[in-house]
Amino acid sequence: MDAIFLQILNGLDKGGAYALIALGLTLVFGTLGVVNFAHGAIFMMGAFCAVTLEKILTLSVRVKDESVTFFDAYKETPYLEVWFGETGKAIIDWSVPLSIILAIPVMLLIGIVMERSLIRYFYKRPHAEQILVTFGLAIVLQELVKSFFGANPIPQGAPDIVAGSAAIGAVFGLGESVVYPWWRLIYLAFSLLTIGLVFSFLHFTTYGMVVRAGMADRETVELLGINIERRFTIVFGIAAVVAGLAGVMYTPVLPPDYHLGMDFLVLSFVVVVVGGMGSLPGAVLAGFLLGILQSFSSMTEVKDIFPGIDQIIIYLVAVVILLTRPRGLMGRRGVMES
Amino acid sequence: MSEYILDVTDVDKNFGGLRALSDINLRVKEGTVHAIIGPNGAGKSTLLNVIVGRLAPNRGRVLLGDQVLTGKQPHEINQLGVARVFQTPEIFPELSLLQNVMVPAFAKRDGEFKLGFLKSLFAENEIREHAEHLLEDVGLISQKDNVAGSMSRGDKRRLELAMCLGQHPKLFLLDEPTAGMSRHDTNRTIDLLKRIKERGMTKVIIEHDMHVVFSLADRISVLAQGAIICEGTPEEVRNDPRVKEAYLGGEAV
Amino acid sequence: MTNTKIVSPKQDLLYMAILSVVVLTMPIWLQPFGAAYPDLMQKFMIFGIFAIGYNILFGLTGYLSFGHAAFLGVGSYTAVWSFKLLSMNVIPALIFGTILSGLFALAIGFVSLRRSGIYFSILTLAFAQMSYNLAYSVLTPITNGETGLQLTQGDARVLDRMAGIEADASLPTPNLFGIEGIGYSGFYICAALMLISFFIYLRIFRSPFGLKLRAIKSNQNRMGYTGYNTRPYLMTAFVISGMYAGLAGSLLAVTDPLAGAERMQWTASGEVVLITILGGVGTLIGPLLGAGIIKYFENIFSAFNETVLLNAFSFLPDWLAHPVAAVVGLFVGEGWHLTLGLVFMLIVIFLPGGIMEGISRLARLITNRNKAEPKSGAHENKEKEQASAGEV
Repeated sequence: MDAIFLQILNGLDKGGAYALIALGLTLVFGTLGVVNFAHGAIFMMGAFCAVTLEKILTLSVRVKDESVTFFDAYKETPYLEVWFGETGKAIIDWSVPLSIILAIPVMLLIGIVMERSLIRYFYKRPHAEQILVTFGLAIVLQELVKSFFGANPIPQGAPDIVAGSAAIGAVFGLGESVVYPWWRLIYLAFSLLTIGLVFSFLHFTTYGMVVRAGMADRETVELLGINIERRFTIVFGIAAVVAGLAGVMYTPVLPPDYHLGMDFLVLSFVVVVVGGMGSLPGAVLAGFLLGILQSFSSMTEVKDIFPGIDQIIIYLVAVVILLTRPRGLMGRRGVMES
Repeated sequence: MSEYILDVTDVDKNFGGLRALSDINLRVKEGTVHAIIGPNGAGKSTLLNVIVGRLAPNRGRVLLGDQVLTGKQPHEINQLGVARVFQTPEIFPELSLLQNVMVPAFAKRDGEFKLGFLKSLFAENEIREHAEHLLEDVGLISQKDNVAGSMSRGDKRRLELAMCLGQHPKLFLLDEPTAGMSRHDTNRTIDLLKRIKERGMTKVIIEHDMHVVFSLADRISVLAQGAIICEGTPEEVRNDPRVKEAYLGGEAV
Repeated sequence: MTNTKIVSPKQDLLYMAILSVVVLTMPIWLQPFGAAYPDLMQKFMIFGIFAIGYNILFGLTGYLSFGHAAFLGVGSYTAVWSFKLLSMNVIPALIFGTILSGLFALAIGFVSLRRSGIYFSILTLAFAQMSYNLAYSVLTPITNGETGLQLTQGDARVLDRMAGIEADASLPTPNLFGIEGIGYSGFYICAALMLISFFIYLRIFRSPFGLKLRAIKSNQNRMGYTGYNTRPYLMTAFVISGMYAGLAGSLLAVTDPLAGAERMQWTASGEVVLITILGGVGTLIGPLLGAGIIKYFENIFSAFNETVLLNAFSFLPDWLAHPVAAVVGLFVGEGWHLTLGLVFMLIVIFLPGGIMEGISRLARLITNRNKAEPKSGAHENKEKEQASAGEV
């Protein structure tokens, strides 16, 4: 029972990342009609926003190490610490959450630039060409990151206060032994919040309603004299922000490296397909479901029965879904079917 | 063998709650031209889609001679002898005109699947001559090596006619074969269709142009709101008050 | 882009003859380019085979597979196992590698071809990723996981032992009845296989079967109403292209008898897509050109490092040489993939028809300039060019 509960939790936070990426993919596909293979790279760049901020915050200077008294020793100390003492230390400690402030404008900008300079020329071109050009873009982005940050994963720490584990077992009456890292709980909460924000934006603002109307029937909306294209540019930016933030917050869970994006992209596409191309709730649902499924399949009990199942479960589900329910769990009729 | 080549019995087709076709009965004699007319949205194209297997009817049955078409795949139905031209021409835009006509001819000869990939197209003299002959028939022979996608809409339509004729179908379905054509091209197409009428090919035509309908059709069915409201010879239909009311809006034709 | 003429087999024979001469004399004419060493030329041939096979699927039917690396991997693993268990002779390795990949493609195609468009792409991607993940994990007894499958002194090599061939002190090398699979002899083995593969591909291209495949790409809907069951056609194309990939994979094992899972990764599938697109999708010779160009530049670019660059820019003043070398350094050596990605984007954006389209555009430009007759001639000429583009 405890194990099952833990696996569900495990799956939920990974599922949160899948859901956030898949949400952006679906938004972009539904509004712009573009299959964006560079979306994983955006997730990865978000993660590297956190890395960059941490690098900036920890710019260091050599200062004399006072603790060593019998000879002159020096140690690298961040400027922040030299200037602000304890406050500086705290700022560095909180670099990952702080990165969100940096990531929002940066990712928005990246998204808008990407859309205006490249993606918009591909609205009317075949899906195959969209896939190919964004695939090329993804390679370029990941190689650029690699040349600046190197090929190795760069670990990022969560703030000390949430670095430990929560004794959730006690809360749910499952025994003291059931503990779970605080940060991953925060990640889950964060992804739910973000998903909620995106949905309320789409449902409760006029802007969002126009976007949804555009997703359903672009031509009619354009006939009403609404400049749908400009709004779609913003949608692309929002999708980039969502994926970017998902990346920022994921860094304490998984140290980012340059091919993080590709790893998540393939899975996220599978998530989108399982959820149903063009369905936002489907993307979210499928994200969490597949996350949970994946974490269950990595239990030793399951692996003993089906060796290797954890490696392929998501793909296997995608194959079964595509063959039995081609529109995915919640897909609409007529999307990508001609 | 029944005397009807096409026999549509009690066909219903619903889209969600919308009834697109209700209780359709249609019989077409071999060697005749049968026109289906009716206002927009009456269900004419839906009926053709049911016959060629694109849509499955909710009720009813379609026969070609003695063979049941209902429940079969489009390619099986074509192999049984049903060819169709579409409202917007469905051709192979990237291939040459000649190749466009050769592809259906191969289907007629080789069936729904044939492997043999070591024989050169060059050696397929019979098929090529046949295709050239067809292009000559529709007046496109001078462009035979051009890419089909770059032609005018009217030319594409004539190409599609040639593609279907090359299969010698028992039943030829035409969905507005002259829509968007100039008067000159329309007359040419009528002449062409008359010539194949003389060869004894059964045709079902959907058409808005009354000039085309009355110069070709042996019988006419009038479809309105998914039901056949009247059927008869052109004379009978012309004089039927229900038709005037439903379709012609009281105007004399 | 299209092949609209019906070409006589005689013309094709001439075509094959020219190609054979060009390929077989590569060790001579590639020398000024510094590319005339066997390793690299073998790569040209092998990736040429991979790409023409891929073109049978993507170029003729328009189905974009993102999982072809899986077949390459299966070919490699099978070939290495054949070396280990049966014989160091390349013939059984190639035969088994090709057949097994074909069977694998049959299974994957059976499922994937139930969908088209982007769904097909994702299904093939999913299968390739599954194969890759499994090769790294549970299939380790077969694939030897991360280390990769390699030969050992103590391998069974049943047929070799029966023929009385024992491995001496060093590891045996793959050979064709004693002709070594590496070096110039290895190149000629690869070249011969490439030419045979190309010949079969040419025949497919020119056959009614090939015409039907292109018709599927052009308008699959029409194919149904024209009486074709398109599934078996697509299936055949998929399996053939899988077998080509398998052959290429086994040849990779011949040149270097070590098979690793990274060969199956989806970036490897991306590479063959790039090669095909760069050369010209759906053209005859394009994929070969693409393979040659990509492998050639990969070889040149990867070899650069900072010292080489600084030397190259030594004519610049010092303060300029370093930054220039640093910027250029982004694109070469380790950064070769960055260049690859950029080229990929540029090609898709500006020249979706690849190099072959570029060549035919150039040709059109030149002939139009030569025949500067106004109006009537120019138009006809353009159409003619359109029709003959891709002929080669």
